[in-house]
Amino acid sequence: MKVTTTVNGAKQAHDVEPRTLLVQYLREACQLTGTKIGCDTSSCGACTVLYEGESVKSCTMLAAQADGGTITTIEGLAASDGTLHPVQEAFHEHHGLQCGYCTAGMVLAAVGFLQENPTPSEHDVREGLEGNLCRCTGYHNIVKAVLAASEAMQ
Amino acid sequence: MIPAAFDYVLAGSADEAIALVAEHGDDAKLLAGGMSLLPLMKLRLATPSVLIDVGRLHDLSYVRDGGDHVAIGALTRHRDIETNELLAKECGVLRAVAAQVGDNQVRHRGTIGGSVAHGDPASDLPAALVALDATFVARGASGERTIAASDFFVGFLETALGGDELLTEIRVPKAGANGFNYQKFNRRAQDWAIVGAVAATVGGAKRVALVNMGSTPIRATAVEAALASGASFADAAGHAAEGTEPPTDLNASVEYREHLARVLVRRALEGS
Repeated sequence: MKVTTTVNGAKQAHDVEPRTLLVQYLREACQLTGTKIGCDTSSCGACTVLYEGESVKSCTMLAAQADGGTITTIEGLAASDGTLHPVQEAFHEHHGLQCGYCTAGMVLAAVGFLQENPTPSEHDVREGLEGNLCRCTGYHNIVKAVLAASEAMQ
Repeated sequence: MIPAAFDYVLAGSADEAIALVAEHGDDAKLLAGGMSLLPLMKLRLATPSVLIDVGRLHDLSYVRDGGDHVAIGALTRHRDIETNELLAKECGVLRAVAAQVGDNQVRHRGTIGGSVAHGDPASDLPAALVALDATFVARGASGERTIAASDFFVGFLETALGGDELLTEIRVPKAGANGFNYQKFNRRAQDWAIVGAVAATVGGAKRVALVNMGSTPIRATAVEAALASGASFADAAGHAAEGTEPPTDLNASVEYREHLARVLVRRALEGS
């Protein structure tokens, strides 16, 4: 079936099997490999992208369900001149990553979360990112980064 | 992990979805948000040959004042329940329980109707709906009928919904903004409850239901009876495991779950 989407502002149209997961569609059909497959069981959140502006786990969504929709992946966050999104900048500034595998999902989950709660407490951030696991257990700097980003975005 | 191959059909209306399930019978599954069904399909525990996507039936996504109850469209997402002001005022317990389903990403996609129709005793919302004596509206080729929550959940992943029926609406009584508590015990933040306990106050009486203490979500009837006889919260909670048949799995033994039920019911009652 043909699945047509707008990914990071660009139109994408690909013939895929109905069982194709959104994460495969993004990585294999759209060739956007910034989105990672971690646990593949909707636990870890590494595959988080924004669908219609809201965070979703792309390993637990069919590409077919996204047909006609708008998706943002990690490749689409920075401005066209390379200026990082405030959340990316804050992760860089506060060393909000260790091995980096969870980072794309963490950043997208944080961007989606800050849209819903622009002035979170530290507790809010920890709850808001509960769907994302960091295998390095580097949560403290991730939380610091998200709090810094929320201030920067005020 | 990739699901087994299937044909995908996007339903354009509730009637079309009903006609499609009638046509394909047991080979078909209805797909709402997919938060329960897709993981099962990826593990090949579910292998429908036809997937009927009802996820875009936006006219089944609503929260309305129904007079003595609040009517919730089956396709209403957990996130929309969590942030709904009418529910916060008229049935705060449902709003609070929806806020504890999975994680943000899951709540953006998952729907109340999908959670109910899936019939998993480890799910949060079904137990809250059992505590509230909610009513479910099912629509089929021969018309519409209502099913009481106490009759709806018949076994593990089994409900009273007919093979050709679509769950369209959930009706909850107006239980007010306060007087509830939900205790969910799990090891990782976004996991299913190992055991959960919902306490709600409806018409001045305490209602208690349990998550993952049997093959269906169940009312803690012995606890409610003890409370009605004047028992303290702590004494009533001591009856929480009576009549339950909890599973044993990697997370917990039967005995541990029974212990958790007693502790969580006490905390839920004290917090309600």
